[in-house]
Amino acid sequence: MDNYQSLAYFWPEFILVGTAIVAILMDLHYQRAQSYKVGYWVLAGFLLAQIAIFVQPHETLTLFLDSVAFDPFGRFFKTVIILATFFILVVSPYSNELKNYRTGEYYILIAIMAFGMFLMVSALDLIMVYLSIEVVSITSFVLAGYLRKDKRSNESALKYVIYGAFSSGLMLFGLSILFGLTGTTKLFEIRSALGQLDSSANYALILSAILILAGFGYKISIVPFHFWTPDVYEGAPTTITAYLSVAPKAAGFAILIRFFHTVFTDGGALSAANWIGDTGLPWPQLLAVLSVVTMTLGNVVALQQTSVKRMLAYSSIAHAGYMLMALPLLSGEGLYAIMLYLVMYLFMNLGAFIVVIAVKNKTGEESFEAFRGLGWEMPFLGMVMMVFMFSLTGLPPTAGFIGKFYLFAAVIKAGPQFYWLAIIGVLNSVVSLYYYLRVMKMMFLEGEHKDVLTTPATMVTVVLICLAIPALVFGIFWSPVADWVNQSLMFFTQGM
Amino acid sequence: MEQLNSYLIVAAILFCLGLFAVITRRNGVAVLMGIELILNSANINFVAFARFGGMNFSGHIFALFVIIMAAAEAAVALAIIINLYQNFKSINVDEAQQLQR
Repeated sequence: MDNYQSLAYFWPEFILVGTAIVAILMDLHYQRAQSYKVGYWVLAGFLLAQIAIFVQPHETLTLFLDSVAFDPFGRFFKTVIILATFFILVVSPYSNELKNYRTGEYYILIAIMAFGMFLMVSALDLIMVYLSIEVVSITSFVLAGYLRKDKRSNESALKYVIYGAFSSGLMLFGLSILFGLTGTTKLFEIRSALGQLDSSANYALILSAILILAGFGYKISIVPFHFWTPDVYEGAPTTITAYLSVAPKAAGFAILIRFFHTVFTDGGALSAANWIGDTGLPWPQLLAVLSVVTMTLGNVVALQQTSVKRMLAYSSIAHAGYMLMALPLLSGEGLYAIMLYLVMYLFMNLGAFIVVIAVKNKTGEESFEAFRGLGWEMPFLGMVMMVFMFSLTGLPPTAGFIGKFYLFAAVIKAGPQFYWLAIIGVLNSVVSLYYYLRVMKMMFLEGEHKDVLTTPATMVTVVLICLAIPALVFGIFWSPVADWVNQSLMFFTQGM
Repeated sequence: MEQLNSYLIVAAILFCLGLFAVITRRNGVAVLMGIELILNSANINFVAFARFGGMNFSGHIFALFVIIMAAAEAAVALAIIINLYQNFKSINVDEAQQLQR
């Protein structure tokens, strides 16, 4: 579809960019004390963008001369991203960390970042892949260092910018090799060009695939590229940590699935598809090993943490490992399980981080010590934290259990050569039980009972309820999510 | 083909130098320079492939976008390093050790 016709399908993105531009003007107008009001405008913009996504025709097209995809797969991830952004925008004004700063730009940057993620989940051209990842990265560098006078926030931004720029540089070099091998930047054309490549180009192709994997792996923090994650997650404002752990990770998985599926598989239906078979590297096994290392490292290091925020950072690495487990299968079930898990993960992980925000507002700390006896002092917070922790562990009857169940089922179904993967995954879940329950132990079994009960701010309570209910209900009644994922995937497999 | 190869070799050398700089330098600005070297080596690849490989213009366009993105990234990174100097009185990457290991 040519550029002019494409504009009609690009409304959600237009709305986000328009929101950001108007928000910049509004922020100029407001005094420092009022600049948080920009947040309400951005929130309205996101609602409008979501409505635009709903009313768009449900077709599978490519826009802007084959550089942006318009399909249910992208729509699914856009909705997930908007959902995550929505919760973060509502909670942000109630976070004490941001109280001493002008927050207008904060909301503007979130809007721009969401725009970048929208492009990420639908990129079909190497230029678009690179640009969208960079837009998301650059805005998140600024957001991670938003607390200018806080040394920890500053350090996290520094580490983020160095690792981020470095790995996107590696990815770019890989993309340049891929471009040289195939002579085009369009993913579909690259696939057909790769099919005709003779085997003398194998080493170049392997090098390029590894470098590109470095770029994507950094976005979803899988193991050799995870070093930034704990430090950035710990130092950044907690609202941003929560956001980074959900939305860009979902977008990263989307672009990873789309890119590797479009370029490196033989393009047929998603049946244990042929990877670029003739490079001589066992790609599925390689990815499986990466996922095992990722989840094991995340879980084992999480055991030793003294800060709940940092513990959750490692736990998010472990969850990336679980999701990555289903990727090398490249079966319909595998992708289905990843997407289902992302929805469940959104509710439970955002919820856990928002509890940390509420605790930090009260105690000024995020260590395990800050949680001592809190379950008796703030019973509501204790109850919802219990739901999120059980869900993250994957205990029934919570959403996390259903997510993990589908992941393991997909792995088992892929055949006996992947059984070991499922076994290690289950063992890892058992290990994770220890550190998640440690939070519960701190909250309920230690410290003395207090007579005065306190509750978090009303809006935070409402958001926590909105997150805890799906985290519980989807454990029993998950068919709406399952249907939604199914529809999104059905078109993706046919359209490609 | 001869010409293409020499460009690719220059790009590969630049890439390795950039990698080396990022890994060994402790000065924040020097690390940034290493990253710029990596980006520019990719740029040379793109333009060389587009010019000598008998390919279309997308390589040139890609290189232009990369230059713009590198400028944006450098702006943000330098701002963060200036802020680092205000907080730590140093632009040495190792000085920032507030977060637990």
